[in-house]
Amino acid sequence: MTGTTHVPATSVVGDADPFAPEHLLHPGPLHRALRAAGPVVHLRRYDVHALARHREVRAALVDWQNFRSGAGVGLANFRHETPWRPPSLLLEADPPHHDAPRSVLRDVLAPPALRRLREKWQSTAEELVDAVLAEQEEEFDAFATLAAAFPLKVFPDAVGLGPDGRENLLPYGNMAFNAFGPRNDLVTADAPRVAELSAWVDARCRREALDENGFGARIWAAADRGDLTHDQAPRVVRSLLTAGVDTTVHGLAAALYAFATHPEEWQRLRERPELARVAFDEAVRWQSPVQTFFRTATADIDVAGTVVPEGSKILMFLGSANRDPDRWDDADRFDLGRDPSGHVGFGMGIHQCVGQHVARLEAESLLTALARRVERIELCGEPRRHLNNTLRSWAFLPVRVRPAR
Amino acid sequence: MVVHSLAQSRRIQTAGTVTLTVRAKEVVADGVVSLVLARPDDGRLPDWTPGSHIDLVLPDGTSRQYSLCGDRWDAHTYRIAVLREPAGRGGSAYVHDRLAPGDLVGVGGPRNHFTLAPAERYVFIAGGIGITPLLPMVRQAAQTDIDWRLLYGGRTRATMAFLDELSAAYGDRVDIVPQDERGLLDLDAWLNRHFPGTKVYCCGPAPLLAAVARSCGDWPAHDLRTERFTAADSAPVRQTPFEVELRRSRVTVTVSADTSVLQAVRQAGADVLSSCEQGTCGTCLTPVLDGTPDHRDSVLGDHERAAGDCMLPCVSRSCGDRLVLDL
Ligand code: HEM
Repeated sequence: MTGTTHVPATSVVGDADPFAPEHLLHPGPLHRALRAAGPVVHLRRYDVHALARHREVRAALVDWQNFRSGAGVGLANFRHETPWRPPSLLLEADPPHHDAPRSVLRDVLAPPALRRLREKWQSTAEELVDAVLAEQEEEFDAFATLAAAFPLKVFPDAVGLGPDGRENLLPYGNMAFNAFGPRNDLVTADAPRVAELSAWVDARCRREALDENGFGARIWAAADRGDLTHDQAPRVVRSLLTAGVDTTVHGLAAALYAFATHPEEWQRLRERPELARVAFDEAVRWQSPVQTFFRTATADIDVAGTVVPEGSKILMFLGSANRDPDRWDDADRFDLGRDPSGHVGFGMGIHQCVGQHVARLEAESLLTALARRVERIELCGEPRRHLNNTLRSWAFLPVRVRPAR
Repeated sequence: MVVHSLAQSRRIQTAGTVTLTVRAKEVVADGVVSLVLARPDDGRLPDWTPGSHIDLVLPDGTSRQYSLCGDRWDAHTYRIAVLREPAGRGGSAYVHDRLAPGDLVGVGGPRNHFTLAPAERYVFIAGGIGITPLLPMVRQAAQTDIDWRLLYGGRTRATMAFLDELSAAYGDRVDIVPQDERGLLDLDAWLNRHFPGTKVYCCGPAPLLAAVARSCGDWPAHDLRTERFTAADSAPVRQTPFEVELRRSRVTVTVSADTSVLQAVRQAGADVLSSCEQGTCGTCLTPVLDGTPDHRDSVLGDHERAAGDCMLPCVSRSCGDRLVLDL
């Protein structure tokens, strides 16, 4: 790599707006320029320091003592700006406040707690795939019919939501993930629905609104046991509804897109369906459905020789770290043969995605069902992205499949 | 500085543990020494929360659990306090008489079975060395502006660790009760009335816990949280190699004392996804078809451990000669 020549932090890349449509659509070139420019790059437009190499991103993610989340993990600094909603008790909290909500949600979403969902999700995935193959001829939009449909079938049930209004979930998440970015056109476009969607979500987090067997009820039960306060319970439920829907929808779309463009990898999965878990994590590495998060410096921090001033914001490019050639061989390749362990697509450290096992179980269920029934999957048109300030999202993923005989 | 023989340093390197250096050793009361531990390269240590303990594996092969009583905002050191126990059980004599700054020890964990839950008011009650898990809790309560009190009993003032530290930082929120000066703790006076929103955290010898439970009488059960100071041995169940069969791959590998099951099965060609490799994230959870796992993670709950049908191979091991995994 030519990246070893040290480009000063005043390089042209420092003028870039990572939230501009062209970079959201095609983040690769900007990521390459940021990694080449140095371990830390000052972005003048927002006066933030950017980390785009795996080494620095990982180090910042685990170092909660110096890189705090409590002042917001978006561009807004909660020390000076009022958050658009009461902050998350997990994502936007530091120790010690982060501890109790985290330990409760970790237990509710831990792999052993999910095992009772496994069979149900597998059969739901099989039914969905059968129905899609029966109804849809051989060409269809895999985003709507599979990537969005499957999580929206299984996840709200698992949380314990009632049947009404579930169509609000994706727009609410879209809004929340836009809100981590600057107040650009994407945020303005969401503005008219903020009050209505927030009210709907908040009402769903109340105990009476939740089925007694779901994750939500288990969060309330933890409050009854005194592991959380009753005031905290609805906001912990809200974390599931904000962070658990759009992420998996676009994560599954990333996996489907990866296979539709890599036929040889699809054959590998068909031969060894037990690769489904590794395949999903490799897709999360390769596409990084969550592209960025911010931190705030708790003190003047020295990052590879540059001082990041106390109280300033740091932008971590997870998507770039996951493609850093210093960390990954042939980083841009989607490859089921590699070990994606250590990617930062789910974060790292005390805030590492507490729902990652849920996401993996959804993906494993859907990919295994597809691999069993579909011999070939390929693009049959131009896929379309949906723009979001944080999520690498999809709008349309046209595929042609050949069902297995 | 003591130079260890190779045999000695191999002994503390059982899998699932990291090797740390003793950075400082200090007498903090009669019969109590504190140890400050760090990575040889001063790198970050695994995160922990108040109430956590580590397994300390000594060069003589003994292993014991100790509560972390340092500052979690310092990611580079752990502090523990070790009481010299009757007959030097669990290596406490080794720690007191032989362990010196510069020596290497093995450390497993941290794990937490005594987490600090939110409350409007805390009553902390410590008996003797039971002060250790409560120290970081007290610090945290003080940080969050929550009303709290600490009642701390011991045999004599000289045997009670961290008195100066506590008095200097917290003044009269701490009530120090040496038995030879003030008699037994007046628990009824502290606990006779239940204020809603109050939680009691108590650590000490069994009779103290029983007395506290009596005094709390009709308090809601989950408002009293206790940890008994025990001398449980925390070494891996077996120190000798065992076999792991990967049923689907039709391969059997031998796991030696200084490799993890995860490393061994990967070398045998199995694809196991992992992330933290510290037994905290749960990513590498693997179904167990036969054999009894020696669980050393902080993810599985008690009944899942008892069921024994899954394990985290990054830190957990085997109780018997053979494990069969669904890999
Ligand atoms: C492919 C799907 C997913 C991706 C890529 C993803 C990504 C992430 C990332 C990168 C973080 C770290 C944030 C930080 O460090 O500031 C995170 C945290 C979090 N995720 Fe996920 N996530 C996914 C699915 C889920 C699901 C299904 C749930 C809920 C069931 C969930 C709930 C959460 C929560 C509550 C946090 C905050 C944890 C904390 O701060 O302690 N996520 N996620």
